Amino acid sequence: MKVLGISGSLRRESYNTSLLRAAAELMGGDVEFELWQGLKAVPPYDADEDTENPPAAVAAMRTAVAGADAVLLATPEYNASIPGQLKNGLDWVSRPLATNALRNKPVAVVGASAGAFGAVWAQADLRKVLATIGARVFEGEVAVGHAHTRFDEQGRLIDDDIREQLTEVVDGLVAAARARIPQAQAA
Amino acid sequence: MSTTEILTVAPAGTWQLDPIHSTVGFEVEYIVGTLRGQFREVEAKLVVGESGASLEGVAKVASVDVKDENLAAHLQSPDFFDAERHPELRFTAEQIDLDGDTIIAPGELTMKGVTKPDTVSGTILHPTTDYAGNERIGLRVSTKVDRTEFGINWNAPLPTGKQALADEVTINGDLYFVKAA
Repeated sequence: MKVLGISGSLRRESYNTSLLRAAAELMGGDVEFELWQGLKAVPPYDADEDTENPPAAVAAMRTAVAGADAVLLATPEYNASIPGQLKNGLDWVSRPLATNALRNKPVAVVGASAGAFGAVWAQADLRKVLATIGARVFEGEVAVGHAHTRFDEQGRLIDDDIREQLTEVVDGLVAAARARIPQAQAA
Repeated sequence: MSTTEILTVAPAGTWQLDPIHSTVGFEVEYIVGTLRGQFREVEAKLVVGESGASLEGVAKVASVDVKDENLAAHLQSPDFFDAERHPELRFTAEQIDLDGDTIIAPGELTMKGVTKPDTVSGTILHPTTDYAGNERIGLRVSTKVDRTEFGINWNAPLPTGKQALADEVTINGDLYFVKAA
């Protein structure tokens, strides 16, 4: 069982990346968590480059998603929506649409922002995008508002309510992935 | 309905679907027209006994056939039928009414794992013998369902504020049956 974490924030001390690390600590011992670090290297989507030999960073992202049983995304909110680089990366992964690596893949979305609302609009937009791509989107939400008050200086989550919400999302995501594994093996 | 009437309309026995000549499809209003699709893989069985008749049918979601592979993939995704978790659409009616030219089949329809009472109705194409000597009977049936009652909720708002895809879907079947030997 492998869960891939993708943070929509590229910032080194990103609250969203910290949120993914906190989520990883809530996963069972048999769950391998990989924090994917390649988003920054993904070039702008260009259909001319979307060939059998796509840019290396794109191939790496597709391979990382394909190799995971589930994907957990944490997104900040830029101007009321998804950060461009995260959307761009997902646009690459979504091709070809009928057979892309996210199709039927269990995914969940969480988010943190410095403001009061915890990136709820970005999360809603991201869920819509993921469903359109064909992913199995877990409905649970974790909206971490005032993120600077929820993590300590080492980036550790210090809010138990948030941890409880995060546990629900992580458990739901992992359960959806486990439900799918026998089918994958039988196929 | 009396036994005699059933035997008149459809002779007793088990009638298997001829999947090659049968069609199970759907129609739904989309923006300014009607979107149609069909399921290429279907199975059905009509059983006529001395005291009544039953109808049962299955369509494989993964065989959904529309004019674009990306649309087909979207229809199979969790946004719509969710083929991975719910690979079949199913209709069962344990006691159907065959009367004259009409069939009324009160039964249960299962889509996306949700089972609801549903009545399929339509016309009977009376038994005849084909050129190979097989007895055949046809049923041309349909039903209208609210897809949202089955958890198929996808939609997209139009600039006018209306939704792109109607909730009401017509499911129709042109079912050719061949009497089992």
